Amino acid sequence: MNDLIHKDASELATLVRDGQASAVEVAQAHLDRITEVDERVHAFLHVDTAGALAAAAAVDAKRAAGEPLGPLAGVPLGLKDVMCMQGIPTTCGSKMLEGWRPPYDATVTARLKAAGIVILGKTNMDEFAMGSSTEHSAYGPTRNPWDLERIPGGSGGGSSAVLAAFEAPLSIGTDTGGSIRQPAAVTATVGVKPTYGAVSRYGLIALASSLDQAGPCARTVLDAALLHQVIAGYDPHDSTSLNEPVADMVAAAGTRDLTGMKIGVVKELGGAGYQAGVRQRFTEALEVLAGLGAEIVEVSCPHFDYALAAYYLILPSECSSNLAKFDGMRYGVRAGDDGESSVEQVMARTRAAGFGEEVTRRIILGTYALSAGYYDAYYGSAQKIRTLIQRDFDQAFQQVDVLVSPTAPTTAFKLGEKLDDPLAMYLNDIATIPANLAGTPGMSLPVGLAPEDNLPVGLQIMAPARKDERMYAVGGALEAALLQQWGAPILSHSKGLQ
Amino acid sequence: MSETPKISADDVAHLAKLARIDIPVDRLGYYAEQLEVILGSVAKVSEVAGDDVPATSHPQPLTNVFRDDVVQPSLTAEQALSGAPSVEDERFRVPRILDEEA
Repeated sequence: MNDLIHKDASELATLVRDGQASAVEVAQAHLDRITEVDERVHAFLHVDTAGALAAAAAVDAKRAAGEPLGPLAGVPLGLKDVMCMQGIPTTCGSKMLEGWRPPYDATVTARLKAAGIVILGKTNMDEFAMGSSTEHSAYGPTRNPWDLERIPGGSGGGSSAVLAAFEAPLSIGTDTGGSIRQPAAVTATVGVKPTYGAVSRYGLIALASSLDQAGPCARTVLDAALLHQVIAGYDPHDSTSLNEPVADMVAAAGTRDLTGMKIGVVKELGGAGYQAGVRQRFTEALEVLAGLGAEIVEVSCPHFDYALAAYYLILPSECSSNLAKFDGMRYGVRAGDDGESSVEQVMARTRAAGFGEEVTRRIILGTYALSAGYYDAYYGSAQKIRTLIQRDFDQAFQQVDVLVSPTAPTTAFKLGEKLDDPLAMYLNDIATIPANLAGTPGMSLPVGLAPEDNLPVGLQIMAPARKDERMYAVGGALEAALLQQWGAPILSHSKGLQ
Repeated sequence: MSETPKISADDVAHLAKLARIDIPVDRLGYYAEQLEVILGSVAKVSEVAGDDVPATSHPQPLTNVFRDDVVQPSLTAEQALSGAPSVEDERFRVPRILDEEA
């Protein structure tokens, strides 16, 4: 039953429901795949074999007892290591939390369990979700299943790699500046950052609280929609959680005709600095969208040019405050407590020992941006740009239903290529950051391989806040049309693990 | 504010002290150089928005959230202390906070 690993989540759920495969068989097939390839990919930081098999057995028992199963019951999933899972090591990719086992479940984790989704383990990430390559993980990088010498994106490179390596058909990511969408783009998978507040942040270890948003990752738009429905919805544990009904994403993903839909191409995203093959596949995808009946127009969002600069002040400022709690007193590691030193000395030693270079860099930058004398010029100005970017989105969405752009300026780069140049690394997120600043949703889906390097290219769809279903409609229609054109899923071209 | 700010090793040492990170002396210059480059690239934020533009701290208009003040299930002391580096008498054990003379 080795072909189980190549099936989509929706297909696996149907097999389990109809009794054609047991949830235990499905879980075992994926655990075997992890044993076979993860030494090379390094997508998982922790595999919970016993827990996964027990969860799968519980689904089978439920079916045997004639109880109804949810739409994704028995489907395996990789959970980003930023998300708390009771009793299971949760490190956030940092030495700071090495060996820590949370005493509670994040709301997302609890909802996955309640839906009968089988959590295989915790996926690798840049330390505390800071990075675009997974190279900042304290436990070593994840590799791109398309080419093991290349990055799988970041910070959620583990969550994208498990999909592309067929280690799991579903994963959970979190997106603060593109950490779901950029990894999806460079691995030819689907990643969705929902509207801010649509998915609870309770138990999600915070990077920048006003930007962080958890979301679904999958190999198809429909699977992402099914997972979205499981994790979205009001949670009283999160004071920023949206208290309103979740629209039917699954129905939207079934859209095949885009007649009447107006799609705006963001002028500021896609020119200089974008790889030729990325631009080519993006332009071709626009023609496919037009062929489906959509009207394509160009839209200008002039302040997007300042998004990256504003983001790299707002994010470090929020993270320098959020990460203050990692001081070695209540959880995680403690370093240099010799019985003589003061609590401040021990905290400073603990933080030096526990944090990697990128985390240190951003905390220092945030401390600077928030310090007296610089606050107005840096943090204050960045917050004003946030207002201007929101206004750009508002004006754009008065003219069009959704906006599109390339998801990332380039295809997957080589490991080590940008590690010593933080600015070059930050540029990966140039097209994804505006949505985080405005709290609007974004999706990335594959639109082909760049001719010059045969590596995946992603297209980003952005919708107004609380209109996430529009992305699923456009994404579902585009995916179906491209699949018809290609004849086979794009991942069948991946040769990295052969 | 468009000119690139200068960041010295001493500045980084001060910031590291505020942030409670014990950065080794021989690494201060390295962080100073990178910080200066990053700040130089983000300094343009002060060029765009005039005084009439309000600041946005959050993507949603937030209101305070209340619930009834009733006891709900929560972590036990044992669970809450389960990840602590050092524990004594159902409490977090920490290094000394005040100097002997204080």
